Order: sequence, then C-alpha cells, then structure tokens
Amino acid sequence: MAVRKTKHEMPEQSPKERIKNFNEVPYGYDEKTAIEEAKRCLQCKNRPCVNGCPVEIDIPEFIKHIAEGDFDKAVEVLKTKTNLPAVCGRVCPYESQCEGECTLKKIGEPVGIGRLERFLADYEREKGVKIPKKAKPTGKKVAVVGAGPAGLTCAGDLAKMGHAVSVFEALHDPGGVLMYGIPEFRLPKEIVKAEVDYIKKLGVEINYDVVVGKTITVDEIMKDYDAVFIGTGAGLPRWLRVPGENLDGVDSADEFLTRVNMMKAYQFPNYDTPVKIGKVVATFGAGNVAMDCARTSLRLGAKKSYIIYRRSELEMPARDEEIEHAKEEGVIFHLLTNPVKFAGDDKGILNEVECLKMKLGEPDESGRRRPVPIKGSNFKIKIDTALVAIGQSPNPLVPKTVKGLKIGKWGNIETDDDGKTNVPGIFAGGDIATGAATVILAMGAGKRAARAIDKYLKLKK
Amino acid sequence: MYEILEKKIMSDTVKLMKIKASLVAKKAKAGQFIILRIDEKGERIPLTIADYDRKKGTVTIIFMEVGKTTKQLGTLKVGDKLLNFVGPLGQPSELEKYGTVVMIGGGVGIAPLYPIVRELKKMGNYVISILGARNKKLLMLEREVEEFSDELFITTDDGTKGHKGFVSDVLQKLIDEGRDIKMVMAIGPVIMMKVVANVTRPYKIKTLVSLNPIMVDGTGMCGGCRVSVGDETKFACVDGPEFDGHKVDYDNLMLRNRRFCCEEEESCKLAGV
Repeated sequence: MAVRKTKHEMPEQSPKERIKNFNEVPYGYDEKTAIEEAKRCLQCKNRPCVNGCPVEIDIPEFIKHIAEGDFDKAVEVLKTKTNLPAVCGRVCPYESQCEGECTLKKIGEPVGIGRLERFLADYEREKGVKIPKKAKPTGKKVAVVGAGPAGLTCAGDLAKMGHAVSVFEALHDPGGVLMYGIPEFRLPKEIVKAEVDYIKKLGVEINYDVVVGKTITVDEIMKDYDAVFIGTGAGLPRWLRVPGENLDGVDSADEFLTRVNMMKAYQFPNYDTPVKIGKVVATFGAGNVAMDCARTSLRLGAKKSYIIYRRSELEMPARDEEIEHAKEEGVIFHLLTNPVKFAGDDKGILNEVECLKMKLGEPDESGRRRPVPIKGSNFKIKIDTALVAIGQSPNPLVPKTVKGLKIGKWGNIETDDDGKTNVPGIFAGGDIATGAATVILAMGAGKRAARAIDKYLKLKK
Repeated sequence: MYEILEKKIMSDTVKLMKIKASLVAKKAKAGQFIILRIDEKGERIPLTIADYDRKKGTVTIIFMEVGKTTKQLGTLKVGDKLLNFVGPLGQPSELEKYGTVVMIGGGVGIAPLYPIVRELKKMGNYVISILGARNKKLLMLEREVEEFSDELFITTDDGTKGHKGFVSDVLQKLIDEGRDIKMVMAIGPVIMMKVVANVTRPYKIKTLVSLNPIMVDGTGMCGGCRVSVGDETKFACVDGPEFDGHKVDYDNLMLRNRRFCCEEEESCKLAGV
C-alpha cells in the first residue's frame, strides 16, 4: 500500500468562532487518527528525525508503539527524554526540527510528529500521569533559578537522577514564558500546571516570590547547595527607538501578554488586572510573540490587527502554523514596512504611526537579506494601540550579582555547550545564555546542563 | 502566604501594615519597594518599603486607598494573609554623607521618605525635613521624621497646620536664605516632585525623586514602568525607583500613570469599594 502523502488533518475551531474566545485552537487527534498517522512513519534505519530534536526524543520508537496501539509504552518512551511533552507537542517549531528531517518530505508532507507527541501527552494526562522510578537519593542538593522551560527541564532530570532539587521563581506562577508569554489559545495554562505538577511529583520543590539577585543571591545559594543552574530567561524588552515610543498606547509585547496571560486581563473585571486595546492595533515584529499579540488583540475586540515587519514574508521568524492561523483569523500583514515615528493627539494618546517602505538588499550577518529604506516613501497608518514585539535582551538581575561570572557582550551568561560557566558549580542555559530563542532550545539546554551537573557532582564527591 | 501582623489607621484613607516576610526584611534597604498580590484574582501592585525589622522578619508598608487593590487591602485585618509579597526590588537609595540635605515628603510619600531620613541622619548629615499634605489630618509620621531631623517644617494646602502653601515654598525660602544645601530628595505626588525639581534646577542642587509608575512583574520583564530620564528610557523597577529629578519627564509619567483610570473606576464600582 502506498504511503499517504499528507498529514492527517487535526480538527480545529473555525477562525470565525475562535477569534471570539481564548479556547485552544486545535482539538488534537483521536486514537484512530493517531494510529493512522503513526502508520505513515517509515521507521528509517538512520532516524534523521531524532537528529532534529533538541531533547533527543526516540521518535521512531514512540511512533511505532502508537501504530501498534500501545499508547502506554509510547508514553514511556517519550517521557524518558522530555518532562514537558504536552508543551512541546504544542509550541515546538517541528517544521524546522524533527519534521524538517523526515524522509517523507521527499514525496510529500512529513509525519505529524508534533501532533502525535501532543496526542500522547494528552492521552496520559487524561488517564493520570505515572511517576517514573527515580535513582537512589545521592544526598546532593541543586538549586535551579527560574521555573521556565530550561529550569523545569533541568530540575526534572536532576530529580530523576536522585538529586534534591529546589527551584527559585520570581513570579507567583511556575512556567516562565509558558505562563506569561504564550497565550491560552495556543497553550492552555491548565496544561502547563499539569506538567509542572508532574515535575513536583518527581520531588522538585518550587519556591515562589524569590527574585534571585534581590531576595537572595546566587553566592548565598551556593553556601547551601552543591550546584546551581541559572535559567532566568529573557528580560528587558527591546524597543524600536523611534520618537513617540513612550506615548500612552504603545506597549511592549511582554507587558501586553503578561497582563493577558499570567494576570488573566482577558477576564477583567472578574480578574483585577486590566489591559487596554484599541480598535486598530499594530504589532511590530513577525516572530511567534508578534503573532500571539496580533491574534490576542482580535480576541480582545480589536477591529483591525496589523503585523508591521521590515522584511518580507520569507524572513518572518514565526512558525508556519502561527502565520497561517494569524492569516485565517484576519490579521493584516504590512511587510517591507518600517516604523519611523509614533504620533499622538494633544493629550499624548497614540493615534498614528509613520512608516517607510523598505526593499531587500544584500544578506546581512544573519544570512537574511537586509532591509533598505526607500527614500521618500513615508506614509501614515491610523492606529490606537502599538505592540512592540522585536525581542528581549537577557535579564540582567542575576548575571550582574554573581561574583566573577563571565558575561557576554549582550549581557548573557557565557557557557560551554553543556551549560558550564567559568565559576565551578554554576551552570546556565536557555535565553539567559543564548539570547531570546525557543522553548525547546531552552529545554535542550536544561537537559544537557542536568547531565553536566550530575557529572560535576559525581566528581566533586 | 504572608501574614498581616499589625495594622494601624493613619488617616481616613491611609493605613499602615506590618507584614511577615522574613526574606524581604533580611535584605530590605531604604528606597526599595515590594510587589504584593492579595489573592488569586488580584493585581500585582508596587509599594515602597516604609520600614523593616530584620530580627522580627517584618516589612512595613503604608498605603493610601486610591484604587481597587489598595481599598481591598485596607479592609484586611490582623491575621489575614497576602498571597504574594516579593522583594526587595529596585535599587536602594544612594546614601552618603552629603552635608546639609533637604528631605521632602508629600502625602503618602512621607512613608518611604522616613527610612531614608533616618539613614541619612545616622550617617552624620544635617537633615532638614519638609513634610506636606492637603490638610492636618493627612499628615503622617511627623514625630518619627522629627526624631531624625535637625529641622522640621510642615506645610498644608489649607493651612490647618504649619505653613499654608506648598513644600516648594519652604524649599525656596531655605535656598533664598543661602543655606548650603548639598542634596534635595522629594517623594510624593508627581506634580510635587516636578515643582521641587523646577525650584532646585537653576541652583544646580542635586535632586533625587522616587517614582512609582504602573508595574506588572517588577523585575525588568514587561517595560510597563518605563520613564524618560534625559535622553534615555529607564525602567523604574530595575534602574530606579530613584532618578535624577532634573532629568525626569514628569508630564509623560503623569500621562502614563493615567492609562488605566477608567478600568480602575470600573473595578472599584464592581467591588463596591
């Protein structure tokens, strides 16, 4: 029988319906569809998909068990490598990782690896999560700073290895960007909480309201722990640095999303934290965060939601699925367009952005073609809300307060591939080391660091 | 959870609370602030630290009931608990021996001013304090501030106590008298800090102000608290809350502080506070 060339469709809310609510967009596969999709896998001997996975999941193996209908066994395989499968199965950029390497791409679409991972994670959660066997207690204590994807992964892996792990989190909820950054309709917060519960059941203790660098310092932590992992992520939002950026109506994507996601401003006034949204919203940038802002704006009642981006569609850093979903929902893309100035009314409230048309020139150091302004092409767009989603620099609170720690030129913590810093016993990973990247890369860094910490502790005696 | 150990009513709308928060108390320094959240549905609000007791592990906050959260906070009793209380955040005050300093507190701004007055006095400064309020009833911590001040002046808008007029009147008089003022610090309503900075600017007297813009996380993540200081955009939560008073764009700060006025009203109405 010939292999089906396309992925099995994953049912989802219609665009017309979903822009009126914050419920998750796709519904996920049922058991029958999952088995059918799993059967598309060729079980290649050279396993190219595994090379594409930052947390080294044994992809053909778990897919084989799904195809056989043995979901429990499949979950077991999956969970030996990832502590957050329900998260990965929703927000990973599969197309450039596992699915990007899939042999089936030669004849059509790759196996829906992300969809299958999501199916398994949801299957397990509904059934009741099993706690795996842990190694014998080692008597070693490790502190993890930040309960985001890097920290949680590192903490979970270390706990499985038998170490006692305490996490210190600045905010009142665990999850980091999974909680404050990614919207409910893409990653339901109940799912994040369930995954964190699993990590707690592994024996990890999480302390909230502790701002490391302020409430306690890493140097103080080092007195009580054998090693520290720093995964404090991205901080400080980047700005466009154009006039008028401090007008009422211009917000960072981070503030907007934190209000809506973590503080649940979409349920204001039932929840106390408000959020402002105009009739016409412009989001600057074209990454996943920008798509989240543009789509959230529609759900909050914006009549028009623009993405304004200085390069072309080809260079947009967002996942294909996010761009597709944004288009379906009616987000309007102003590409090759760069803002030069925000203007407001006599009260200082934003009402307009002036932009320049751009064209693409020679490739820059990122390999993407550099946008070049077209002289005299200035034009104005009427807007009520501007959301700036052009990235963040690493959070300086921790790096600045650790004695002797080597800091890179962007304020990031310098580490080797395993997360080792220049200070013995201090490890780091995720956005704080690499600058803003993806959830899965942070998880990969947390995983490698856990292995390096384990090795360090064994040698340390 | 963080227990309320003490509660004192300072005036109709101003209350003092001592909160059990050992980790915060251990590290707190004058000039820093905390962020609290009352319950699961609550907003995160910043409040400047009015005092701390490292031995007892308590942090004192003094707040005016101006919005939904502060009004709700005012209804809590001794023994009640806050869901979140995090800090100390921001940079501590730059305290050193300047010589003669003028410490200006307006309304509820007197609360965060007090520990700074105390520290400056302990360092050997000659401290002149000017406390202002709309009326006598709204004045607070007069005796406490007096204890660590070499001179104390009171002003009220309506003349019910001290000089009838503004704190800036007294400051101008001190300058006119030729007092050798090395540093002025002002904490209070934005408009008061703006006026104080305008008074000292021509004389190039170092002037510090403590800003309290709208915040969410308080750790440098969201940028909601950004203020224009000179040519730069600064984050009050990590770079501040104290800034060079001569460089702050007060008008922009006032504008940004009014961002959620309507929502605040709606929230209060709904909660019946």
